Amino acid sequence: MAGIPHLGSCLSCIDLLVYLYWNILDIGAARPDAPDRDRFVLSKGHAAPALFQVLAERGFYPKERLASFGVNGSVFHEHPPAPGYLPGVEAATGSLGHGMPMALGMALAARMTGMFYRSYALISDGECNEGAIWEAAMLAAAQEVDNLCVIVDFNGWQATGRSREVMQLDPMEDKWKAFGWHVETIDGHDFSAMPEAFRACATTRGKPSVVIAHTVKGKGVSFMEDDNNWHYRTPDNDELRLALQELQDRR
Amino acid sequence: MRNAFAREISNLVVERQDLVLLTGDIGNKLFDEFKELAPGRFLNCGVAESNMISVAAGMALSGLRPVVYTIAPFTTVRVLEQLRVGVCYHEAPVVIVGTGSGLSYAELGPTHHSLEDIAITRCLPGLNVLAPADSHELVAFLREALESPNPTYMRIGKKGEPALHPVGASLRIGTAQILRDGDELAILCIGPITAEALSAAESIATDGPRVTVISMGSVKPLDIDFLDGLAKRCRRWITLEEHGAIGGLGSTILEWLSNTRHVVQLTRMAVPDSFIHEVGDQAFVRSVLGLDAQSIQVAIREALE
Repeated sequence: MAGIPHLGSCLSCIDLLVYLYWNILDIGAARPDAPDRDRFVLSKGHAAPALFQVLAERGFYPKERLASFGVNGSVFHEHPPAPGYLPGVEAATGSLGHGMPMALGMALAARMTGMFYRSYALISDGECNEGAIWEAAMLAAAQEVDNLCVIVDFNGWQATGRSREVMQLDPMEDKWKAFGWHVETIDGHDFSAMPEAFRACATTRGKPSVVIAHTVKGKGVSFMEDDNNWHYRTPDNDELRLALQELQDRR
Repeated sequence: MRNAFAREISNLVVERQDLVLLTGDIGNKLFDEFKELAPGRFLNCGVAESNMISVAAGMALSGLRPVVYTIAPFTTVRVLEQLRVGVCYHEAPVVIVGTGSGLSYAELGPTHHSLEDIAITRCLPGLNVLAPADSHELVAFLREALESPNPTYMRIGKKGEPALHPVGASLRIGTAQILRDGDELAILCIGPITAEALSAAESIATDGPRVTVISMGSVKPLDIDFLDGLAKRCRRWITLEEHGAIGGLGSTILEWLSNTRHVVQLTRMAVPDSFIHEVGDQAFVRSVLGLDAQSIQVAIREALE
């Protein structure tokens, strides 16, 4: 377990992943390739360890397989593998700004093939630096792609600094509204806020939806919370034990 | 060629329920018939090519067969990472068509020249890289590419390119075609510039050497069986392409040769490693660069000295 990178980024979106995979997404572990399944693209691919854990918990593959994380030759490494190499993975993300446009393609494909699935993409605030995010945002709105829902994991940090200082991200809500999107804003760790936000997105017609989820990088581990050193740093064994204890105590 | 593409894509959209055409805000009126036949399967993605390639990849992963169409540099060098990650790494069977490739849009200047596209696309794993010489090759390749499990990049010209193959010729991806046979020297060509080689070979033939002109059609896959046979009967080759000298057809053939025991004298005719500041029409720029029929005749004579 020690040696997992990007833990801060994983912990900021793990609550969202849990809510989506247990309450929203119509994806069956028994039929991961069903043509009419909902699509979920982890556009911020560096949170792959969180996705790997969630997919295992949801039965896409045995949890024991996670023990091979980081082992030479394993599919479980820093970023999701290509589709087909691990059940439940829709896109091999890791280079930012690719996953959301691909999720838009998947959403458009539903319309073109007469299916009714929804397509979700989870992006990071740092990822909003990428121009392709806004290219996709403009096309999705022009095409009235209402089966697309983007979630922004707005933890306030990117690799080397406060995200709102590196690029002008604020006002995030107004930006998406100006691009023609339906906008919901929530605390990304508050499970009680999620049902109404995602219900509003699913029932919005004629425009794509975005959930801006304010989150805390490193959420749940006191010495990681809002400390950007944990973007790259991996915990040693003592830190790992402490972190797991804290997370256990909070359950 | 772009009119042939527009006609054939309209035929294909009637035949295939999974075909989708994405454009980057070009081809005004060119696709009117397509839009009439299948309005729901035409998508103008705007002047936002990076997103367009990723959208196409997402569609291909959801069971569609997307064809992306825009001007060659904007569907290759501009979007290289989207091609590499979204299309190739995901093995998403997208067909990417680059129109106005090479020097087709010579008069628009280097921003619209496409002289690096073969080099940067052929190094992407799993991507087939095609350059039809005429509209017959274009139509045959487009149909076959849509049956392939692999993604495809196809660079085409603009309009008015002469037909080099007879109607009904059997043309397949990765199969070289002899357009004119001779035994003293072979010109291996790719793309519409093949017409210049034919013209050179015809005019030199009355009193001069017997020259074979070959349309390769594709650098990936490369027809190595054909090349192997050719090397056994003809040892003087010229490669001809409307592409930079680094990484195109000539380089591809040299790489192949280096792994064989064939001894071939090879002259590479391609665009030198520099931007073109003497802007003009395609014929003018070809002649300035030494890629017109007259320059090819000179190269043939030099190669046979």
